[in-house]
Amino acid sequence: MSDSTSTTKSPESRRPMSPHLQIYRPMLTMMMSIIHRITGAGLYFGTLLLAWWLIAAATDAKSYMFINDLLTSFVGRIILLGYTWALFHHMMGGIRHFIWDTGRGLDHPEREYLAQASLIASIGLTLFVWILAYLLR
Amino acid sequence: MVEFSLPKNSTVTIGKTWPKPANASNNIREFRIYRWNPDDDHNPSIDTYYVDCSDCGPMVLDAILWIKNKVDPTLTFRRSCREGICGSCAMNIDGTNTLACTKDMSSIKGAINIYPLPHMPVVKDLVPDLTRFYAQHASIEPWLKTVSPAPEKEWRQSHEDRLKLDGLYECILCACCSTSCPSYWWNGDRYLGPAVLLQAYRWLIDSRDEATGERLDNLEDPFRLYRCHTIMNCAKACPKGLNPAKAIAEIKNMMLARQV
Repeated sequence: MSDSTSTTKSPESRRPMSPHLQIYRPMLTMMMSIIHRITGAGLYFGTLLLAWWLIAAATDAKSYMFINDLLTSFVGRIILLGYTWALFHHMMGGIRHFIWDTGRGLDHPEREYLAQASLIASIGLTLFVWILAYLLR
Repeated sequence: MVEFSLPKNSTVTIGKTWPKPANASNNIREFRIYRWNPDDDHNPSIDTYYVDCSDCGPMVLDAILWIKNKVDPTLTFRRSCREGICGSCAMNIDGTNTLACTKDMSSIKGAINIYPLPHMPVVKDLVPDLTRFYAQHASIEPWLKTVSPAPEKEWRQSHEDRLKLDGLYECILCACCSTSCPSYWWNGDRYLGPAVLLQAYRWLIDSRDEATGERLDNLEDPFRLYRCHTIMNCAKACPKGLNPAKAIAEIKNMMLARQV
């Protein structure tokens, strides 16, 4: 032992922790679980925007114009697009978890199909809503 | 607790590159293997080895035994049965947890990376400390519990009830699933993890067991059972093809069923 501190420590307490996230192969269901968490957190932010927009609408024309300009700017639209996708993705994740809660769809390959389906559905629904919004404008 | 990065003493450095075998065939494969020696004060490191695959068996275990016998006798790992029934050689190979003895080298492309089971205290090299894992298994009391008087011969079970144990009794407690689970990584001190919960379910649905209520009471806890978020790494890692995630879903349903 080169230094005195390590000799006083028990061998157990000196043991390193083996690598985990750093080395584990990313897999679809694992990634979808992580994205479910991230989109869930993103929804708090999006809901704040929505609340701001509603409060501004109830306040006066000036504050409404301000948030409206902000949200319809290029960056604002990108954020809204992300919020729409986060909402749909989190909702699809919720439905997937609901199916799993019944004990169904947990085997291979159904669990992969469910993950793929929720990803496709969330992107599809987002595109649908935005295309519809631009068409109706 | 969620801690994405490794503690200071656990960060991995680049280690030694061992020489290629002399007069070897063209069939050489590169192995990058996690090393840590408790007898010096260095951080863990990744050593590089070259294995002559024409001179060794097809499985990853054959290759690391070849390294131990012919290149570096200090390389430390657990192994016993070499046929996927003892669970000793569980480790992280090519990014997923599996048994070295049943993992075919030809199923891996490029250099073969080998680490100990993830997020565990390392005793040496590829040997993790499984003390807590075994203690958690003991906590679910994995034996037949009965109150009725013991029958003269054996506890009888119908064929249908016996079938319910298929997909559960095969578990060899290698810990591949539990240590593949991010929930177990972050909350392994309180969450029982997939292997132990699959074992718990194995006793919960055994028709001969008479402690179902007591067993469910023991699992009714925000952490012990409900940290499963159906990430599914467990079912994908299991070298025996079992599905702990499904067993956990069944336990959750039993919890619900007894409340209605």
